[in-house]
Amino acid sequence: MTAAEAIVSVSNLRVDYGSREVLHGLTFEVRRGETLVVIGGSGSGKSTMLRTLVGLERPSSGEVRIKGVDITRAGAREMDGIRKRIGLAFQGGALIGSMSLGGNISLPLLEHTTLEPSTIEVMVRIKLEQVGLSGFENYSPSQLSGGMKKRAALARAMALDPEILFFDEPSAGLDPITAAGIDDLILSLKKAYALSMVVVTHELARAFLIADRIILLDRGNIVAMGPVDEVRNSEHPRVRQFLDRIADSAQDDDVDHLRMFTEGIR
Amino acid sequence: MQWVAGVGAATERSVAYVGELAEILGNSLRLLFLSPLKRGRMLQRAVHEAMGAGVRALPIVSLITFFVGIIIALQGAYQLQRIGAMQLVPSLVAISITRELGPLVTAIVVIGRSGSAFAAEIGTMRVTEELDALKTMALDPVAFLVVPKFLAMAVMLPCLTIVADLMGVLGGSLFGVIGGGFSFGGYLIATQDALLARDIASGFVKSVVFGITITAVACKEGFSTGAGAEEVGLSTTSAVVVSILLVILIDLVFTVLFYVAKGSA
Repeated sequence: MTAAEAIVSVSNLRVDYGSREVLHGLTFEVRRGETLVVIGGSGSGKSTMLRTLVGLERPSSGEVRIKGVDITRAGAREMDGIRKRIGLAFQGGALIGSMSLGGNISLPLLEHTTLEPSTIEVMVRIKLEQVGLSGFENYSPSQLSGGMKKRAALARAMALDPEILFFDEPSAGLDPITAAGIDDLILSLKKAYALSMVVVTHELARAFLIADRIILLDRGNIVAMGPVDEVRNSEHPRVRQFLDRIADSAQDDDVDHLRMFTEGIR
Repeated sequence: MQWVAGVGAATERSVAYVGELAEILGNSLRLLFLSPLKRGRMLQRAVHEAMGAGVRALPIVSLITFFVGIIIALQGAYQLQRIGAMQLVPSLVAISITRELGPLVTAIVVIGRSGSAFAAEIGTMRVTEELDALKTMALDPVAFLVVPKFLAMAVMLPCLTIVADLMGVLGGSLFGVIGGGFSFGGYLIATQDALLARDIASGFVKSVVFGITITAVACKEGFSTGAGAEEVGLSTTSAVVVSILLVILIDLVFTVLFYVAKGSA
């Protein structure tokens, strides 16, 4: 693999909620045009990482550079500029409930471009067609199923033709057929556009399917990072545990386990 | 001595709360002029809010203040009859409605209709990550949601108050004509004679401040909603309770100020 230019570079990223540190110094990069999949269990910090990458959480230290701009220090205007070049598809969709599906997708176009309303209408139809939701413009988000909401969120994230697409749990909570449909959608987008994508998921099979590179996140640390095959064949115990689906308690050190019950009690 | 600490802590919380209200108002003012969002679209949203908070409140505000007008006339007549001063009923109604009850009753109806709705709307959007979604689309939630609400309320509350004043006087005239021996025209002339421009203006000024206060409290409560549906209910409740308290408090301060100003003039 040729080393492409990094479009997102993260160095020594730390995030804490109050006194509890959730991410313990992550360093990685997303290369232009690649699909990076971040996998990890519940509580591994992957959602926090995604929220920090798009500027929804402030890190306690470290930097996040998107297209060369350190978003942890960027001013409001600069941040707006970056945000117009990235899209985030939320896990639950996060569609604006008071607007129709078409209204949701046209919102960034109406607010940030000077396109004619008729042009915007055409663009909305194109975006909806891309995610397989043609003809649903006038539906309200509450009338959509979970899978449709995720696809609609993707259409909205792509409304401004972003360079980087962030995707939070694309297949969580979906039946296998719908989930496979979303994977196909991601693969076809990857082919059609020179998109850089960051996909956060806890599902391994999907990660191997759509990823160029994989990061395995565990308790706020990167335990493995590399091309799909490298991670699949890794001998790291934590990676094997995740790949072989072994429950946590079987692996825990007995003393550590006991300490959990007695810590702080005198 | 524990209660002293309690009073201190409560005072500190109150001051911090007012500080947060000032912050949201200051931010909105700044974004009204400096936000990169399109002004035309912002105004469209303000008009949309004004329809919901103002125009659709017209029937209920009119009805309630009409009844309040009748009640004031009845209660006033009950007292004035004894000293044979029934001719003062129009003036009593006009002054209490324009100076006090018009703005106040309007504000309380609007708190119930729109203050609660603002808090619930923003609170729900917070719970469903819609606020985050707006942020990632480079749409600042304060500029996008709050600024239009401030604009709508600062304009619509005075408008509603004018209607409320009118309906209150009409309510009073209903009693005046049926039970007070006035002709309709005579009642209106007596009202006109009793009113000074200052009476209406003071109510008008108050209602602008009420509108801004209600919006600030409702939006602040919406933004500080925690996670979960129950939290949305809690912030809606506190939006209503705090708004009513603050509106009455501001009303008291204004009334004292007007009283003192008139005394020294």
